[in-house]
Amino acid sequence: MIEVLSADFMIRAMLAAIFTGLAAPIVGTYLVQRRLSLMGDGLGHVAVTGVALGLLTGASPTWTAVAVAILGAVLIEIIRERGNSGGDVALALLFYGGIAGGVLITGMAGQSAARLQEFLFGSITTISVEDVWITMALAAAVIVIGIGFGPQLFAVAQDQEFAKVTGLNVRAYNLLLAVLAAVTVTVAMRTVGLLLVSALMIIPVATAQQLTRSFRTTLIAAMSLGLVASWGGLLLAAWSSFHVEGVSPGPTIVILALSIFALTWPLGAWLRRRRRRQAPFEEVAPLIHHSIQEHPHQHGENCGHPAIQHGDHLDYVHDGHRHASHDNHYDEH
Amino acid sequence: MLSDDPATAGPVIALQDGSVAIDGRPVLRHLNLTVNRGEFVALMGANGSGKSTLVRTLTGLRPLSRGTLQLFGTDFGRFREWYRLGYVPQRPSAAAGVPTSVWEVVASGRLTRRRPLRPKSAADRAAIAGALEVVGLSDRARHAVTTLSGGQHQRVLIARALAGEPELILLDEPTAGVDLPNQEALAQALAVLKERGATVVLVTHEIGPMEPLIDRAIVMRDGQIAYDGAPLTDADVHTPLFGGAHAHHHAHPEPVSDHAVNVSSPVDSHPEVSS
Repeated sequence: MIEVLSADFMIRAMLAAIFTGLAAPIVGTYLVQRRLSLMGDGLGHVAVTGVALGLLTGASPTWTAVAVAILGAVLIEIIRERGNSGGDVALALLFYGGIAGGVLITGMAGQSAARLQEFLFGSITTISVEDVWITMALAAAVIVIGIGFGPQLFAVAQDQEFAKVTGLNVRAYNLLLAVLAAVTVTVAMRTVGLLLVSALMIIPVATAQQLTRSFRTTLIAAMSLGLVASWGGLLLAAWSSFHVEGVSPGPTIVILALSIFALTWPLGAWLRRRRRRQAPFEEVAPLIHHSIQEHPHQHGENCGHPAIQHGDHLDYVHDGHRHASHDNHYDEH
Repeated sequence: MLSDDPATAGPVIALQDGSVAIDGRPVLRHLNLTVNRGEFVALMGANGSGKSTLVRTLTGLRPLSRGTLQLFGTDFGRFREWYRLGYVPQRPSAAAGVPTSVWEVVASGRLTRRRPLRPKSAADRAAIAGALEVVGLSDRARHAVTTLSGGQHQRVLIARALAGEPELILLDEPTAGVDLPNQEALAQALAVLKERGATVVLVTHEIGPMEPLIDRAIVMRDGQIAYDGAPLTDADVHTPLFGGAHAHHHAHPEPVSDHAVNVSSPVDSHPEVSS
């Protein structure tokens, strides 16, 4: 195992995985906030045509994929901005066109399906030195821009009209996010493959927001989870390769990310339920003073009844009643 | 006039012959409106009378189809001093997909005074904290906005507009569907602004606890200004003088007095006047 880890191809793979794992969830956070979780998926489909064009013309598939994905992202953004009800269908057409075009052009280029599969499902262990550099540079650009323009991207995603009145160029920031998404898709293409790109962008965010209350912590937690999933998934695949044939890192990265989500979800559900139950009662004066004559139980800390803030005092929830201490007795609130 | 000019003399808002069309339908027609520094204006009128459209026009969200708009003495097309303007939209936007804290929403209002790629300064943080204090939500700063009630959410949106320390604040029905304690909290926040000398334009259906703050009332009717003068009480607004402006929020068929033919065929639905 140690020899494998220090092998050149493995070091290259780990570098690519680390940078991709950090960059993808940043873009994913903005996409989830704007409820565009599937945009990465769509761009991944469009990028297939880009890869095929590279295979056909002999140009680097990475660069042709970047170019076509950016073109697709701008097109999606224009369709979205127009906001007509057919936008959804137009997006679907673009996605199918992308993947059909990709398969068609790959065939015309005389390339095998196996060659295309490297891009569809990732081939991180066969990544070349040049591709590692490109991956690291593009991922670093996404990280710097995604965090540097964070306040602006956040404001535009949060409330477009308000952002416009604060003087932000909303269209420019929308395009910036679309381009960032397109670049991320091509960066992650080598790691998890075009068909699983969206998973690395979205699942860490979905996991993080189970436990967080603010955008900033969600972003940071999603980046950490993306790093853990992509690096851990790669190591998992390397380790399994000693025992089972044919385990590739792309799927293990996504499965690991999903497993973390599955473990976090019950905790998130419990936290949300607790938060709802502990929300303070509305501060309205009671209609009548309704006191309880005799109450054998003494409410207090750890008495077993949930204590919930109600204005300036605590109400104890008790068999569907709300008991509030008043002088020497309890009131029904 | 230089844009940096303090221009304490000139009007804050100057709208001349302003007309707005939505999807080709004229909604606002030939409006003239001047608002001076420090005025607290209540903009009233029935549903569909165009008061929301007017406020959105003043923020630039609705383009003028004719006429001119000047803010702080600058033509709107050349207006870049966004930090002088604060806007509170009608409804909180649909809950975003990612958890967001109250502090973060308010901080986004400070972007009018921040350059990209620079960290928040101490002044930025102080302004954000101050805005939260004005609306009485300092203790909720770290809470997720989704845990707030509708009225508290509306106060967050006001704090967001205040974070940029604007001189002119436009509020689009901040009191709609807000309970009385929250309306009172809103009125208190607006009173603080008035004391600081801000100019306020408030779209509202009911005056309620805002009454002592209002200097001037404007009543809209069918896309035009029907009344512009001394403050009104809730009872005044409900008189038929103002186009049957019931304060009802459910739809009464609006009297449509447009030049367009209203019914082209018996199966056509009643044309709706959008606001």
